[in-house]
Amino acid sequence: MSFSRLIVALVSSLVGSASSQPSLPRAPQTAAPNENGEWAMPAKNFASTRFSSLDEINVDNAKNLQVAFTFSTGVNKGQEAAPLVVGNTMYIVSPYPNILYALDLSQAGAPMKWKYEPKPEPASQGVACCDVVNRGAAYSNGRIYFNTLDGNAIAVDASTGKEVWRTKLGDINRGETVTMAPLVVKDKVLVGNSGGEYGVRGWLVALDAGTGRQVWKAYSTGPDRDVLIGPEFKPYYDSDKGKDLGVSTWPPNAWEQGGGTVWGWISYDPDLNLIYYGTANPGPWNHEQRPGDNKWTAGIFARDADTGQARWFYQFTPHDVHDWDGINEIILLDMEWKGQQRKVLARPERNGYLYVLDRTTGEVLSAEPFAYTNSTHGVDLKTGRLQINPEKQPKLNQTVRDICPTAPGAKDWNPSAYSERTGLIYIPHNNMCMDVQTMDANYIAGTPYVGANVKMKAGPGGNRGEFSAWDVQNARKRWSIKENFPVWSGAVATAGNVVFYGTMEGWFKAVNAETGDVLWQFKTASGIIGQPITYKGPDGHQYVAVLSGVGGWSGAIVSGDLDPRDGTAALGFVNAMADLKDVTTKGGTLYAFRLP
Amino acid sequence: MRSGCRKSCIAWLLLVASVIVGHARELRVCSDPNNLPFSNDRLEGYENKIVDVIAGELRASVQYTWWPQRRGFVRNTLKAGLCDLIPGTVSGLGAVRTTVPYYRSTYVFVTRPEAEEITSLDDPKLRKLLIGVHLIGDDGFNVPPAHALARRGIIENVLGFSIYGDYRQDNPPARLIEAVTAGKVDVAIAWGPLAGYFGARQDPSLRVTPVNPIRDERFPMTFPIAMALLPENGSLKHEVEDAIAKRRTEVDAILSAFHVPRVDAFSRLAMPR
Repeated sequence: MSFSRLIVALVSSLVGSASSQPSLPRAPQTAAPNENGEWAMPAKNFASTRFSSLDEINVDNAKNLQVAFTFSTGVNKGQEAAPLVVGNTMYIVSPYPNILYALDLSQAGAPMKWKYEPKPEPASQGVACCDVVNRGAAYSNGRIYFNTLDGNAIAVDASTGKEVWRTKLGDINRGETVTMAPLVVKDKVLVGNSGGEYGVRGWLVALDAGTGRQVWKAYSTGPDRDVLIGPEFKPYYDSDKGKDLGVSTWPPNAWEQGGGTVWGWISYDPDLNLIYYGTANPGPWNHEQRPGDNKWTAGIFARDADTGQARWFYQFTPHDVHDWDGINEIILLDMEWKGQQRKVLARPERNGYLYVLDRTTGEVLSAEPFAYTNSTHGVDLKTGRLQINPEKQPKLNQTVRDICPTAPGAKDWNPSAYSERTGLIYIPHNNMCMDVQTMDANYIAGTPYVGANVKMKAGPGGNRGEFSAWDVQNARKRWSIKENFPVWSGAVATAGNVVFYGTMEGWFKAVNAETGDVLWQFKTASGIIGQPITYKGPDGHQYVAVLSGVGGWSGAIVSGDLDPRDGTAALGFVNAMADLKDVTTKGGTLYAFRLP
Repeated sequence: MRSGCRKSCIAWLLLVASVIVGHARELRVCSDPNNLPFSNDRLEGYENKIVDVIAGELRASVQYTWWPQRRGFVRNTLKAGLCDLIPGTVSGLGAVRTTVPYYRSTYVFVTRPEAEEITSLDDPKLRKLLIGVHLIGDDGFNVPPAHALARRGIIENVLGFSIYGDYRQDNPPARLIEAVTAGKVDVAIAWGPLAGYFGARQDPSLRVTPVNPIRDERFPMTFPIAMALLPENGSLKHEVEDAIAKRRTEVDAILSAFHVPRVDAFSRLAMPR
């Protein structure tokens, strides 16, 4: 960092702390250090606030934003990644074939410096459940770390684009892919797997950042030794206490292909030296075949960052029957709760509740619905247990209508942002319900089989998406914007009190962080499901960047050329998205915006 | 005479031709151009042969629309009005009308002749042998034997073969059967017609054994196969059913020639070695 940029960073951080109210929750300083104008990991910082102290773009001038430069990723599939900016370089990883691009921000038009092509196995495309997405790279200590769909973790020299190491982690023959963005904590690269649809067993590995060699591996199911549960493990609730629950809460051997994959977000608290991450839904999908709580799926682990040993676990959705992966973002905050200062984490969860947990113990402080839900009746704070509505559970040989939320949940992987200026979490989410019918005969490529018939549709109000501002301290919604399609993009919040997100039609929006008023919007070439970022360019000015290119589970109807009349395609999501084809087409373009 | 007749004769011929064409019946069929033993665009599949039998009975000529049988096949072909008939599909398929089934086949174990035979999904050997199965793809479900294996905790030794494969190659699903001969897997569990046809074509030919139990919890291992039509096309449905019934012997002979393993009333006619 140059001296002038250091000054700017110091000044902006001073201004930031002076103007925000002391009573608002704040990310721990060690997990969200002072602004440096860069964006080195998808979540911006270890606290995963996706908040930038940059404030050149504000509520008054955001209306003047204009395109600074664009760049095509050359891949017309769902673009879920966050670009990174470190020094004068922007890094972008494309969907399969997972090309890593470096753009020179110091030159007019940000020309390409280099590209690195990992050439993943083509067969991995057929294994990925929900489009061939990648959720981004991470920068640390002169290297870019990212994962390929076919299950490789790769380190690339950030200045030259040369491969430093490559470690094969997943086996696509067993349905294992990797779509998540790694997190680099100290000298370790953390990577988890995808592929719960194929009954793979979830894991998170820590690789040595220098060599790519595995340091530890923690499974999400199975005996305690595999899950790295030892004497340090002190879960808050009784239902998580006992020996080898990762075995005994399953039918015999079912844990071996039990899911609980780790394809979402990881946060890190340097003071507690704990990492936090969620586990996906249990497999196989037919829940009748796996009675029990199915530990340790659909929950959150706190683990020692050095050893991987589990400290606590909390299960959002025991014995999930809805495909509610518990992998969403985890925002670390220090806040006052009932008169006491608590170290908490906030989680907008797939099941529709915004959880606030004590991140030292795993105790649930509150869990309030941020979206319409009828399949559960809230969380019993004594036991921590989600209260199930039996009438809205999928049943054998019976059609169950209007189950809300749907399989992608009230909110899927796409991350929220937290502004320490407003105390609000900005949640991009869904408003959908579904009908689940009994298994149907199906036939493909000459081969008969059976499958579930899931049909999704808009929830109450008729809008399929929503962008909500959630007052985390008072556990209530402050405002929300209805969107026609599910909001499948991430969000970014800034000290200029401008919040950014994108819609599946392709609108990139700047909204007032206090009121939700739309300040500016720009129609990009394709639907937006990526994660916006903001950074300070080499010219000293604030930029906002986002990848446009529809796809993912929700947008596969466009990127995968699915037939809108085949309502059960893409696990029933296509039924709810038939009209997306009328408003957008495939794409893969980076947009960077700045003030004139 | 010749010149005098010219105009009127041509007119007469055209009239006759248009009457013939107008009355000549056309059976419009949608099929996969590259998926033996079922069908291909060289008309070498058994569904092609059975369609010819039906067309003969209906005194119709066959007009094919070729479309890979993947996700959206029915919607893009039959439902889009490109044809009247899909010759082979599972009985009771949603959104279409299906005829009375004309045969029932089963998932089968495919082994090399010198290997020990496997007859049951509960055979303890399946815990050790390398097993190949087809992967259906991205809708959360796979072939029933894959679910049956998963239920038994057999996963570490299961190799998945994409049912879609590389469509640039001939008959992509056949890679699974060829993998048995090549020793890439010890045993394949595949849909019977595919296994019967390609198993017989390996050197030496492979052993094909129906899977037991025939229903594994919710997953059936045998399926009745029928022809699909639009729901409103009831008259053609009955004509096709009548044609198959009338030409039953020929249909059975075709299935037998293609080594289709059958678990219906006609199975004794057609069980492969």
